[in-house]
Amino acid sequence: MSDNTTIPALAPQPFPLREVTPWAIFGLIIGLIALYFIGLEQGALALFEGATIHEFVHDARHLLGFPCH
Amino acid sequence: MIGQLLMRGLLAGLVAGILAFCFAYVFGEPSVDAAIVFEEQMAAAEPADPGAIEEEPLVSRPVQSSWGLLTGILILSVGLGGVFAILFACAYGRLGALSAAQASLLLAAIGFISFSLVPWLKYPANPPASTFDDTIVYRTDLYFLILAISLALGYGAWMLRQQLLPGLGAWNASVIAGLGYVVAVAVVFLIMPAVNETPETFPATVLWEFRIASLGIQFVLWAGIGLVFGSLAGRVLDRDGTSRIAAA
Ligand SMILES: [Zn+2]
Repeated sequence: MSDNTTIPALAPQPFPLREVTPWAIFGLIIGLIALYFIGLEQGALALFEGATIHEFVHDARHLLGFPCH
Repeated sequence: MIGQLLMRGLLAGLVAGILAFCFAYVFGEPSVDAAIVFEEQMAAAEPADPGAIEEEPLVSRPVQSSWGLLTGILILSVGLGGVFAILFACAYGRLGALSAAQASLLLAAIGFISFSLVPWLKYPANPPASTFDDTIVYRTDLYFLILAISLALGYGAWMLRQQLLPGLGAWNASVIAGLGYVVAVAVVFLIMPAVNETPETFPATVLWEFRIASLGIQFVLWAGIGLVFGSLAGRVLDRDGTSRIAAA
């Protein structure tokens, strides 16, 4: 029984959480990789040799509040 | 639908990152440069090490302060934009009678407080030469610990609000959950150790300006994500959401 003339002040239909779950895992991985490279790589931890990544994103690391030197 | 939201989140992160870069370049870089001047003065005052070799910097200062800064901010902002879109997909329709744009702004405000403001209040951003090099691992551990605790407490406050919602209504449930978050954060602040490594001779105005600029960058980032994502998502969802309500 749909009546398109009245729009009730109700919350919109939420997405079912099991529909969101695979995307949430994907999003979490993107977020963690971003956080790792901006906050940790060649600082407290290192996957790659040297300091070029650290030096390149150095100002962003400081200004975004991540610990550095 | 959720894939479309994710694309819009990444795009919102890109736009917000460019805005935050402009803010950082204008308001943040002067204090980074001033801190590096202080660092060089300190190094010049030390007795010269005869074995030291004059090192060629890997990345020049102009590159660090422009492309490097832009890249670094974009890595974080696009990542946050993606996560934001997924959180939005979980929250949309569970926040009460909010439009997509309103829900997006509310979520951005929660993100700013729990991801940026609370960690910054306990362990504020430090300019170059204001901390000890050999405590980097310790300070990084503390920073990521407070970040994780703040996000967990934010989630806890959210769950508390949802629990109280049926009995107390949206306003009272939100106020109680918000107060609970503030009290829990205060207790954590008291328990966690302080970090005070700034040399006494470090210029106080530089430290202040750097920290305020850092908070400002995070604010621009979240405001940008909230506004841009809200308007992009509104175009897909409010149309669709309305029809879903009507069909229900
Ligand atoms: Zn540094």
